[in-house]
Amino acid sequence: MSMTMTQKILAAKAGLPEVKSGQLIEIALDGVLGNDVTTPPAISEFKKYGFTKVFDKDKIFVTLDHFTPNKDIKAAGQCKICRIFSREQEISNFFDVGEVGIEHALLPEKGLVLPGGAVIGADSHTCTYGALGAFSTGVGSTDMAAAMVSGKTWLKVPEALRFDLKGSFKKWVGGKDLILHIIGLIGVDGALYKSMEFSGEGVKNLSIDDRFTVANMAIEAGGKNGIFPVDEITLEYIKGRSERPYEIFRADPDAGYEAVYEIDLSALEPTVSFPSLPENAKTPAAEWDEIKIDQVVIGSCTNGRISDLATAAEILKGRKVAKNVRCIVIPATQAVYLESIRKGYAQIFVEAGAVVSAPTCGPCLGGHMGILAEGERAVSTTNRNFVGRMGHIKSEVYLASPAVAAASAVAGVLKNPCEL
Amino acid sequence: MQTKGSVYRFGDNIDTDVIIPARYLTTFDPEQLKLHCMEDIDPDFIKKIAPGDIIAAGKNFGCGSSREHAPIAIKAAGVSCVIAESFARIFYRNAINIGLPIIESREASEKIRAGDSLYIDFDKGIITNKTRGEEYKIAPFPPFLQNIIAKGGLMPSIAGGGAINGL
Repeated sequence: MSMTMTQKILAAKAGLPEVKSGQLIEIALDGVLGNDVTTPPAISEFKKYGFTKVFDKDKIFVTLDHFTPNKDIKAAGQCKICRIFSREQEISNFFDVGEVGIEHALLPEKGLVLPGGAVIGADSHTCTYGALGAFSTGVGSTDMAAAMVSGKTWLKVPEALRFDLKGSFKKWVGGKDLILHIIGLIGVDGALYKSMEFSGEGVKNLSIDDRFTVANMAIEAGGKNGIFPVDEITLEYIKGRSERPYEIFRADPDAGYEAVYEIDLSALEPTVSFPSLPENAKTPAAEWDEIKIDQVVIGSCTNGRISDLATAAEILKGRKVAKNVRCIVIPATQAVYLESIRKGYAQIFVEAGAVVSAPTCGPCLGGHMGILAEGERAVSTTNRNFVGRMGHIKSEVYLASPAVAAASAVAGVLKNPCEL
Repeated sequence: MQTKGSVYRFGDNIDTDVIIPARYLTTFDPEQLKLHCMEDIDPDFIKKIAPGDIIAAGKNFGCGSSREHAPIAIKAAGVSCVIAESFARIFYRNAINIGLPIIESREASEKIRAGDSLYIDFDKGIITNKTRGEEYKIAPFPPFLQNIIAKGGLMPSIAGGGAINGL
């Protein structure tokens, strides 16, 4: 029987010759992830049921990235729970302040996820690793607890949507515009319970960072996972990051897809999702100049990688952040931070009047490092613009690429970077 | 298992950020979380809800973040069941894992209105809408999930050791 790329990985991990959509299976995991918000409840469940040992200390990944550096006493307490547990269990991939980065940028960077792997994480954006041709999906804390014990999880084999890409992006258009366009096309539940598989000759024109951004937001269409075929760009990225073996899976040519969408990358425009759902995707219009903004955030697991900062720096170089706009740049990991210093981006940001923060999820989920007051409006490279997501319930988030965000920071209104 | 209560009605795409805003995720204590349940969509929800009451919503309930704090807050608030046309997949798992009853039913979601008085018989698979004199059938969970539910959640179901049962 023909299988999608996702189904092939799941069959291998379930030890079955084939799987079909709708089938309930149990798979072996190559990694189990949690952060400072989701790991403490998992630890509590783990202990409550009398478990004493994780299944493999090298396959549990604990990242203190959400409310760190500790935003208040309670957040500090949550981190402490994770720290003590990780020490007790000798978790080898425990990342604290100084080493930590935003989980979905950090794990690939550290070589902890490889093509063909299967990873679950107690964080909805765990689907990011599909960029590397791995199966990965978000779960809750109890699922994390069970997986820490057994090294396995249960899943329903998903159906799939296929997105055939052709052409290449215009200047100032990239992965973020593509995924916002797709979510606008299919809606926030358009891929509910399903895989989103990307294919076509246009895939080679997506950098690995573009692919991370696209796979990252599969969950914003309700998707179980988003996944890219493995090519030279993938292999170049993973080179030197891990000694572990990896496996390349490909969809069968005659695999069944519930729907196939053809997308011409060259036809895409800078795309912004207006409040308060990621599906409210819009392209540049005259009204953008009327949308005054108070804050810009450039960072997150969606767009905090080095190429994102390079784009922002290209726009901010020699320019100034508009008066009355706070521009917050958050390199996703320590390595990204260091590279942004070496390449001069950090200096460009500071000279432009932006602030550069330590790696953290912070403002994306209204945690800290840039909360919005009532009536305030942000253009943000993050992934969600739900009511109250970045602060007050009467604040607004416009989701955008680093190019649109940086251009908006300069203009003080929502801005198409092509017009700056 | 049976439950009864009156209905709180919500729309489509109720995300976990409005179910329990991230600013309260510095704890996972159900008693603290429940105080802020649905706060960003209905600030008085926790004052109005009575034990056993039922949430009915449209499609994609619980979308967004994976925070298990969302079903925990709903359960701790006293909600006995969430009925929706569809659930976001992580919320669906989380609800089963922590023992919050959920029902996916387009018919029930479309017909149930705010304030309706419901009686739900999970064993017989029937929702009775006493206000409207209607009955809606509930599709049973797959046996594997019934097993998790019967054991009181995912952790008790693996606590005996070995593989997750039923697969």
